[in-house]
Amino acid sequence: MKFERYGIGIIKGMTVTIRHLLRHPTVNQFPEQRLNVSRRTRGNELIWSREKCTGCATCAKTCPQGAIEIVTATNAENNKYEVETYRVDTGYCIQCGLCVEACPYDAVFMGYSYERAKYRRGELVQTNDELLESPERPASGYYHPDIAGKLPVQTLLVDKIVEKRK
Amino acid sequence: MTTTELMTLKTEPFVLNFGPLHPSTHGVYRMRATLDGEVVLDIEPVFGYLHRGIEKLAEERTYTGFIPLTDRLDYICPMSNNLAYCLAVEKLAGIRVPERAEYLRVIMAELQRLVNHFIAVGTFLNDCGAFMTPVVYMLREREKILDMFDMVCGQRLTYNYMRIGGVGQDIPEEFLPALRKFLGTTPRFIEEMEWLLKQNEILLARTKGVGILPRDTAINCGISGPVARASGVNRDLRKADPYSIYDRFEFDIPTGEAGDCYERYRVRIEEMRQSLRILEQVTKQIPGGPVRAEVPHLIRPPRGEAYAHLEAPKGELGFYIVSDNSIAPYRCHVRPTSLINLTALREMVRGWKVADLIVIFGSIDITMGEVDR
Repeated sequence: MKFERYGIGIIKGMTVTIRHLLRHPTVNQFPEQRLNVSRRTRGNELIWSREKCTGCATCAKTCPQGAIEIVTATNAENNKYEVETYRVDTGYCIQCGLCVEACPYDAVFMGYSYERAKYRRGELVQTNDELLESPERPASGYYHPDIAGKLPVQTLLVDKIVEKRK
Repeated sequence: MTTTELMTLKTEPFVLNFGPLHPSTHGVYRMRATLDGEVVLDIEPVFGYLHRGIEKLAEERTYTGFIPLTDRLDYICPMSNNLAYCLAVEKLAGIRVPERAEYLRVIMAELQRLVNHFIAVGTFLNDCGAFMTPVVYMLREREKILDMFDMVCGQRLTYNYMRIGGVGQDIPEEFLPALRKFLGTTPRFIEEMEWLLKQNEILLARTKGVGILPRDTAINCGISGPVARASGVNRDLRKADPYSIYDRFEFDIPTGEAGDCYERYRVRIEEMRQSLRILEQVTKQIPGGPVRAEVPHLIRPPRGEAYAHLEAPKGELGFYIVSDNSIAPYRCHVRPTSLINLTALREMVRGWKVADLIVIFGSIDITMGEVDR
């Protein structure tokens, strides 16, 4: 191995380093600055709509992990079929989104929020009213293009770098 | 002690444990290296620290329900795993995929190849001693692609995007402009990295002539992908057995001759350029239409068996599926790329020093999720 070019590599390396030093930074200071996540993001939670759900349990059959449990009953008073329990064990959920895709009545949504960690294992098992949509638990546009249109546009690193160069 | 006493001192081989939690083993890989001083005499790989029984899990899940688990095989490039599995089931059930879905699949597979090679080259340089700088630059470029994957399928790592008979959802309207912007900026980045690294004397000293894998050994071991092509085996399944619509695009297959670590690095960089070339053509040709064939919710393929393979970024990835006409596969076997490429490691490292062992190991580019399954 001859080293007649010795030293050029260091100069090249420093040139690239300095060039990158003067570039637009791509890092965000997370808790203060937040990027918009994807409109189709499959967030940490499942969101369930009590009005639309008929208790057909297609989601429970599709779930590869078996994390969804549904108990249905016939209401004797007005002779109606209703969902008694809809329980999701978020600890088993792998956020694959197959339940949302399978639901024939559009009653299940992926969550748009993040940072939904819990302190106890038991709190991960969510039942009935804990699964409904609320301001802290917005629905994502995964397989729901109508919701996706209303969500903010995703921040892209490509856009950021291209805009800076102009 | 005098010199004569030192000369007659008895020495014996020393067994050194690498891993399973060693920063340079790229996962939970363990090898018992027998050393003579600093020279590696032999290595004995120990697998199984990440074994999750994914092949067995396939037997108790529906055909669609197994797709999220294929993401967990080679977790650097889940799109390729998704695609390989879907190709196998489609072959078994005789499903035709719509035109637009084929184009989307090619876009995702080629972006995934870029992602994998960014990681492979970055961590390889990290192993060579270029500590953190190249890998961070590469990860920043990868981030742009992950943003696009996130936009399409909602997650950055476990995509679960391909479906049997097409893809999950159509791309949103902001995807193709983002892809064009990406194609505009990335070639410049690759040229910059090339300018920095191609003639770098430290990289040349560490990699040139190190860990040579001869052509016939590569063929005998069943090596595929960039590792085999660096040894001069001109085999790429995109050309040798065209699947999907790869026969419509113009691209070259870069091959090396020497079969050393430097050639493997060069082949990966060249492949990145070819992937960008394919992506340029795809964005010009992409048609409209449906993205998913009419497939029943619970697929019951006819009795039989099928093997489908594709050129994953790391090499040939195959899925072998046996069906007994029920909703779940009777047997599902994965032909893993990383495990088979890893079998040549012993041939490559014999006679090299411990520092070279790390470089050679890094140049194969493995993912432990795929090795242990």
